Amino acid sequence: MQSYLWLGDEALAQAAIDAGLSGVFAYPGTPSTEITEYIQKSKLAAERGIHSKWSCNEKTAMEEAIGMSFAGKRAMVCMKHVGLNVAADAFINSAITGANGGLVVASADDPSMHSSQNEQDSRFYGQFAQIPYFEPSSQQEAYDLTLQAFDVSERHGVPVLIRLTTRMAHSRANVIRRVETPRDQNSLHLPADPRQFVLLPAIARRNYSRLLQKAPLFEQESEVSEFNQYVEGPDRRMGILACGIAINYIQEVYGEKGCPHSLLKIGRYPIPRKLVNRLVESCESVMVFEDGYPMVEELVRGLTSKGPHVRGRLDGTLPRDGELSPTCVAKALGFPAPETAKVPAEVVGRPPSMCRGCPHANTFEFIVEAVKSFPQARVFSDIGCYTLGALPPYEAINSCVDMGASITMAKGASDAGLHPSLAVIGDSTFAHSGLTGLLDVVSEKSPVTIVIGDNLITGMTGGQPSAAYQRLEQLVLGIGVEPQHLHVVVPLPVNHEVNVELLKKEMEYPGPSVIIARRACVRAAV
Amino acid sequence: MKQDIIIAGVGGQGLLTIAGVIGATALKAGLNVKQSEVHGMAQRGGAVVSHLRLSSQPIASDLAPEGSAHLLLSTEPMEALRYLPLLRQDAWLVSNKNPVQNISAYPSLEALWKRIGEWPHPMLLDADELARSADVRRASNVVMLGAASVFIPLSHERMKDEIRSIFDRKGSAIVEKNINAFDLGRAAALKIHGK
Repeated sequence: MQSYLWLGDEALAQAAIDAGLSGVFAYPGTPSTEITEYIQKSKLAAERGIHSKWSCNEKTAMEEAIGMSFAGKRAMVCMKHVGLNVAADAFINSAITGANGGLVVASADDPSMHSSQNEQDSRFYGQFAQIPYFEPSSQQEAYDLTLQAFDVSERHGVPVLIRLTTRMAHSRANVIRRVETPRDQNSLHLPADPRQFVLLPAIARRNYSRLLQKAPLFEQESEVSEFNQYVEGPDRRMGILACGIAINYIQEVYGEKGCPHSLLKIGRYPIPRKLVNRLVESCESVMVFEDGYPMVEELVRGLTSKGPHVRGRLDGTLPRDGELSPTCVAKALGFPAPETAKVPAEVVGRPPSMCRGCPHANTFEFIVEAVKSFPQARVFSDIGCYTLGALPPYEAINSCVDMGASITMAKGASDAGLHPSLAVIGDSTFAHSGLTGLLDVVSEKSPVTIVIGDNLITGMTGGQPSAAYQRLEQLVLGIGVEPQHLHVVVPLPVNHEVNVELLKKEMEYPGPSVIIARRACVRAAV
Repeated sequence: MKQDIIIAGVGGQGLLTIAGVIGATALKAGLNVKQSEVHGMAQRGGAVVSHLRLSSQPIASDLAPEGSAHLLLSTEPMEALRYLPLLRQDAWLVSNKNPVQNISAYPSLEALWKRIGEWPHPMLLDADELARSADVRRASNVVMLGAASVFIPLSHERMKDEIRSIFDRKGSAIVEKNINAFDLGRAAALKIHGK
């Protein structure tokens, strides 16, 4: 069997192909993007006719995957952690409908917020949906457990969640591809129960009760899963509980000597209660290592003061936030910090910035200039390369909360009496979740001025196609913006004055207006 | 055999290409590899670092611990200094001397060069000039890889094979220019190193 140097994302993607996948559904989001891109570039996936085109957003992706599962085929949905918020309605309810063809949801968390607005922990979604969920500790496990996840999903008729973190998603390691010939795809086969996916209250109650009945089975499988391992150690003063990649830092710290403590590694959930009990009862204390929120730690601690002696993120043994590192794990385990050089005082931060020649830069230049005439004006924005407009030299935007929130927040502020109220949104983000917000604006004829930075691509995640490509004017007019208040401009220095005047005029108009600032992403041209 | 390499620079300078060449060469040499990369937002002109760990034994952590790295390869002088805490005292620090001044508070370049010179085993190269002389201005990253290859216990000929396969689709002229860039970087490093 051949060994490959795969990202965690790529190992997961190849395993899905090898497991007989029929379709992957996703919206790009760091650090999950490379899962879908791997399948898009895979010759094998193309030969097998695996669906891999991008969806408009994570909710449409999730629903499309549920539809494929309904039809009996194996489907996967991929997203970054905050994307699971967008897909949450469909995701949680897919646990109630259950799956027909194997249904696997891969959600990539971003502890330390390398490229995200929070570090929420997708394991809570697994717990919330009450389904089996996995968390690999190595790229090999990312491959192995993905193969298994599809079988688990079909065996129990439920969706299965795989949680990755940035460090796992974006780190390469040797991976053995254990399956040389992919499993055949499922044939089209419809649910035996025609009402399984009809969540009317009476059916939903029945389905929910069936899901609850499976809970002990899910836990039993966790107790014996190869991804959960208990290793006895001679030193019983402390036991170690490590979730996902945390085990690697512990092994790094102890090196060839090995860990002297009993060690429970968790890679499959629901939490194997018996294994945790065994650790707690055989050791005087327990130290919990997990990336993301202290989810397992909190459960082991319990609410009463009579619980076991637990250390981890909640008592300051480990930092409360940010991803784990060999350094913080070594410190928690009592190893002295190595003597190292300091970072010289001259070194200053270098945050990301817009590329030279970026069309968004010229767009912000005309926005900043126009807004100067209206001291009370505020500019609402959201997620994309254009969020970098918050940084110097532009400092042009006043908000970034979530995908699509530019238009809706501008409307809410306008409803409160703030004028002028502007929104800046990218073309791909507009297609993701700006459309419905614009319909709210149009329905109420709100005095909101919207600038759509159309670089003809999904820029921040590396240049995927935008669902709004060549449809933007049609979409905006179709939603009901008056044609005389829809403008298309080219963000270039030569057009600066004209663009400033146009924006100022529209800011004075007491109704919805949209200015599309269109110029191709400079990266896309490379 | 065990070597931790830190590859530093600014998003867009081609760090993933450098890491990819070393990683693929190590894989073919039968070594274990862990290679932590940066994708996404930070790639937009921000500070970027890749931890590349090679070993004949299994590797646990994806990240190199502080004080463990044997080699720092940087395509930018200030970025080189950002990761000194990851280095062993006897590590080689190999850096391009040309700055990427995309921030307003960029420090004095002379001060940065002086700091690099204070490291026990420093090597400052004009990779941009060497890339220009290879007639491939964008290849400073490949020049730096050639320079650093002197300190990496892998065959530099096998590394060149990986460069050939990466640039193959861009045609033989581009391949040969990049090979030339690698050779110029390696020759410059050997000259400074006195080999």
